[in-house]
Amino acid sequence: MSKQRYERPVIKKLETGMPNKFGTRTEYQPMTHIDGLAVEKLMKDYGSPLFVISEKTIRKTIQKAKKDFRTRYPRVQFAWSYKTNYLNAICSIFHQEGSWAEVVSGFEYDKAISLGVDGKKIIFNGPEKSEEDLTKAIRNDSLIHIDHLDELYTISELAEKHKARPRVAIRVNMDTGVYPIWDRFGFNYENGQAWDAINKIMHSDTLELVGLHCHIGTFMLAPSAYGIAASKLAELALSVEKKFKHEIKYIDLGGGFASKNTLKGSYLPGSDTNPTFDDFAEAISSSLLNSNFKQEKLPLLILETGRALIDEAGYLLGSVISNKRSSTGRRNTILDIGVNILFTSFWYDHKITPAQAFTHYSEDTCIYGPLCMNIDVIRESVSLPLLNKDDHVVIHHVGAYNMTQWMQFIALRPNVVLIDMDEKPHVIRLRETLDNMNSMEKVPAHLKKFNV
Amino acid sequence: MKLKKNIAVSEAGLLFNPVTGESFSVNPIGTEILNLLREEKTDEQIRSAILAKYSTDNPTFEKDYQDFIGILSHNNLLENHEETKA
Repeated sequence: MSKQRYERPVIKKLETGMPNKFGTRTEYQPMTHIDGLAVEKLMKDYGSPLFVISEKTIRKTIQKAKKDFRTRYPRVQFAWSYKTNYLNAICSIFHQEGSWAEVVSGFEYDKAISLGVDGKKIIFNGPEKSEEDLTKAIRNDSLIHIDHLDELYTISELAEKHKARPRVAIRVNMDTGVYPIWDRFGFNYENGQAWDAINKIMHSDTLELVGLHCHIGTFMLAPSAYGIAASKLAELALSVEKKFKHEIKYIDLGGGFASKNTLKGSYLPGSDTNPTFDDFAEAISSSLLNSNFKQEKLPLLILETGRALIDEAGYLLGSVISNKRSSTGRRNTILDIGVNILFTSFWYDHKITPAQAFTHYSEDTCIYGPLCMNIDVIRESVSLPLLNKDDHVVIHHVGAYNMTQWMQFIALRPNVVLIDMDEKPHVIRLRETLDNMNSMEKVPAHLKKFNV
Repeated sequence: MKLKKNIAVSEAGLLFNPVTGESFSVNPIGTEILNLLREEKTDEQIRSAILAKYSTDNPTFEKDYQDFIGILSHNNLLENHEETKA
């Protein structure tokens, strides 16, 4: 007779306090498959930990976002935010779905070009653009978003030098009712800096002002803030038309839409409370349509949202290394997933699901990563079923920022697998090796020998 | 090591301590171990019974068993709690 599945013995004191009417249920289902592929098989074939990205979810999400905006506003263009996830396969999916590229460094710019993106469809944001980067962008007729006056003057000089008339926009920061105000990018709306920059561009004939841009914040939970930003940029665009008889071609509201993750300190799960694309689309479209643009002169609306388009498509699979107790008796579980590869655990209470069957018994557990660093905490407290050593877990909503902000720290970064539309797996980024790391280092001759 | 006589354990895994008024929930393996403790089985007998029934190995069970006994002891549910500590 085969033996029964083992679960460690556990006893839990029943507390009788005031019940939490918003209490989240702990009896969720194990996640044994992703897009039809068994988690266990994926980990056997590609190792643990392992990033898995669902192409189906990406396409479904971007198509939903486009539909939500285009049913409300006639001219909408998405631009994929490279910094959110610039794995080549991921960028290519968004480009296949019609997204332009939004880059914030020379490295990202070159990545977009190397993928074959038309230079005219690259938006170049960010505070740091070298003369070399700007020259490339000017030659490719890319859309350059000016962050500060020094950059404005540099672009003017380069334009004269190369006898070109670059297409530019200015980045505008403003009070949208969300605090603290993000005022580090671009020129301020309320104190007149933005208008001053516009005047400088319009009076010099070297640059063509084609757009207005803003980036009002990140993980924004208030769609109304975008409504205010859209109104202010619309007013600015209409003022430019009135004063200079010059048409602003597009309004770019940047990124920052919240995903379905739960921010640390939130009382309710983000999947229940965070705004949807519908909410953002309604606020933005209403503001633009209610402004004084003539119907035939409505500007193109550009959106650079990243996180909300990719977070849900990403999963991080890992294994339990050990269970132990802290000095205070708290249950601690150590996973092979650390903050080095799950950077977003500093911001979110990520949902964690066991990948195999479990009973309804659970324990409040602190989840640690494998790093020899005290800060390596994935969840300070989470109610989880009883996990055994070598059990597998799935961490949800990890598609944004983790595969760009991850660190080669203590351990090597794992494989990234994409599950395609036909439910076939593809490695889209190989696990790092010691040779990869050593190939970038050089040891001077006098340090090559030692006796220990 | 033995469970205190006045401790009530239901088949469904609810444990009640009438002295303190505290209640606990216990999972099926925990309930089995509590019943074996009540029958005054030795650690070795308990280990053999669990290893024969469940798919686990000795080091894993030993670690989990000691942890479980530690929690029982911490909550004053064992007859020889003080002696064990001494």
